[in-house]
Amino acid sequence: MQQDIQSPETYVPAPPSVQDRLEVYWQAAVDKTQWTWRRHPMFIVGFIVLVIMGLLAVLAPVLGTVDPTAVDPPNRLKEPSAAYWFGTDFVGRDVYSRVIYGARISLAVGFAVGALTALSAAILGLIAGYFNIADLILMRIMDAIMSIPNILLAIALVSIVGGNVAIVIFAIWFVVFPRAVRVVRSSVLSLREEVYVEAARAIGAKTPRILFRHVFPGTIAPLMVTGTLIVAGAILTEAILSFLGAGIDPETPAWGSMMADGRRTISQALWVVGIPGGFLTVTVLAINVMGDNLRDMLDPKLSRSAG
Amino acid sequence: MQRYLIQRLVASIPVLFILAVIIFAVLRVSGGDPAAIIAGKDAPQWQIEAIRKDLGLDRPVISQLGIYLGDVLTGDLGKSINSKIPVIRLIEQRVVPTVSIAIMTELLTLPISIPLGVLAAWKANTWVDRSIMVFSSLGFSIPIFFLGFLLIKAFALELTWFPAAGYVPPEEHFGRFLHRLILPSLATAIIFWAFLVRMTRATMIEVLREDYIRTARAKGLAETSVLIRHALKNAALPIVTVVGWGIAELFAGIVVTEQVFAVPGIGRLIVDSIVRRDYPVIQGAMLIVAVLQVVVNLITDLSYALFDPRIKY
Repeated sequence: MQQDIQSPETYVPAPPSVQDRLEVYWQAAVDKTQWTWRRHPMFIVGFIVLVIMGLLAVLAPVLGTVDPTAVDPPNRLKEPSAAYWFGTDFVGRDVYSRVIYGARISLAVGFAVGALTALSAAILGLIAGYFNIADLILMRIMDAIMSIPNILLAIALVSIVGGNVAIVIFAIWFVVFPRAVRVVRSSVLSLREEVYVEAARAIGAKTPRILFRHVFPGTIAPLMVTGTLIVAGAILTEAILSFLGAGIDPETPAWGSMMADGRRTISQALWVVGIPGGFLTVTVLAINVMGDNLRDMLDPKLSRSAG
Repeated sequence: MQRYLIQRLVASIPVLFILAVIIFAVLRVSGGDPAAIIAGKDAPQWQIEAIRKDLGLDRPVISQLGIYLGDVLTGDLGKSINSKIPVIRLIEQRVVPTVSIAIMTELLTLPISIPLGVLAAWKANTWVDRSIMVFSSLGFSIPIFFLGFLLIKAFALELTWFPAAGYVPPEEHFGRFLHRLILPSLATAIIFWAFLVRMTRATMIEVLREDYIRTARAKGLAETSVLIRHALKNAALPIVTVVGWGIAELFAGIVVTEQVFAVPGIGRLIVDSIVRRDYPVIQGAMLIVAVLQVVVNLITDLSYALFDPRIKY
């Protein structure tokens, strides 16, 4: 029994309208979010926290803040109250305004380092993983950078060159990117032995095409997980640099330098240290939680159901 | 064993060479004139020139590098620009507090975090596991100096169990020496603890899925025996690797801890030298720390043979 089917010439499906398409995408996004919410609720929680921090940073001027650098000695070390939501520090600066503006530095440094690291690690990792000679040279350099304690090298770079945001970003990138290169390289090493890569080579695909179309997509998942953890680490490192006085110029409000300032008055005014510390911890925690869940989501072996 | 050792030592030569070049380049090329700093603010030009000549800073960078590498090879790390004391001597003076904190941190970390990691893996996906992991994530995310402040506030200022800061050399009063090291070590340990619990849990979960674990349970072994003799022994390798790799992280933590608790260790020496632009000290101290890391990595690899009889060097 042969079923009557329309011949290809006569059957022309109507092209989906823009609205239909948007609906499909929207539905897919909703489904994906619901799935994530059921399986990895903490990922969504982390994401929301991060979005809130981002909004605070962007909207800082309209959130009832005052000039974060304005000193007001008569109102020094005021406890949190209606006038000073988070109190004031030892020269009377408004802790609320400083914390909100401080989010800008932390997030900017964190995400800039994350982006630079992802980009450099993708390029260098592909090259090192695919070409043996490059591997030999590149990896020795990476090993050498990795054997110097991160924070020391970053402090040295920043304090000698001077502390603007670009230098801090560069310094932190320089000390963390070798780890990400290693991650990409090790996945390239196994990917390049895959049958589909062999097949691409056999049909005569050029090396750049093999690298970008066939090998690179396989490195995205591990790179994303590492990248998330690197953003969290970069935010912590920036805070440590600011804390040690080797960060961005101390006039700019940053969470680390606020805490360094608050250290003298810790016995009578814990809030000067506690509030930026709390914001910092919550932000980093949110990103780390996202990274952890992302790892579980992308790696079926570690998924909750299998555990 | 001997052949492997020689191979590894030879392989680490290029790493150490690149390391020395990187440290040199970072400090020298990035600007700042130590001669002007030593001479002081209003020093005349001729004096600055003389100091520069004295330090060899007037030669081309490449020959400075050559001289530096030659000196390092003969074990000469130079003298401090400020105090004129040989760098090696300065480092020697600061070694005891840093190493003591490191040892104490490990003593506080290992006996707690490995059992907790095993427990979390054994009870995977139960509330026990989740609460251990929440604390571990928190420890992972809290900046070490913030943790230090909270510890100072709670245990030194409120409870007054410990002094807030400072250091007593062991030869002066051993009890007080230990007493003062507890808070700094605890601050470093909590961060490191988070790191190790995670690693232990992840590797144990993998191992617990193996067939031989099912076999061990099937033949009726006690659960503790399964966990320790069968699972933990096989999970030991990655855990040891992490402990080894963690030395650089641990050291970075100690740098901050020493600053928070005013402990005169190598970390403080380096931070102070960076502020004063005392290049020979920064170079020397960083080089020694990095060499230490290379050595620890080697020891880590060699120790694999202890945990896995299949590995022979």
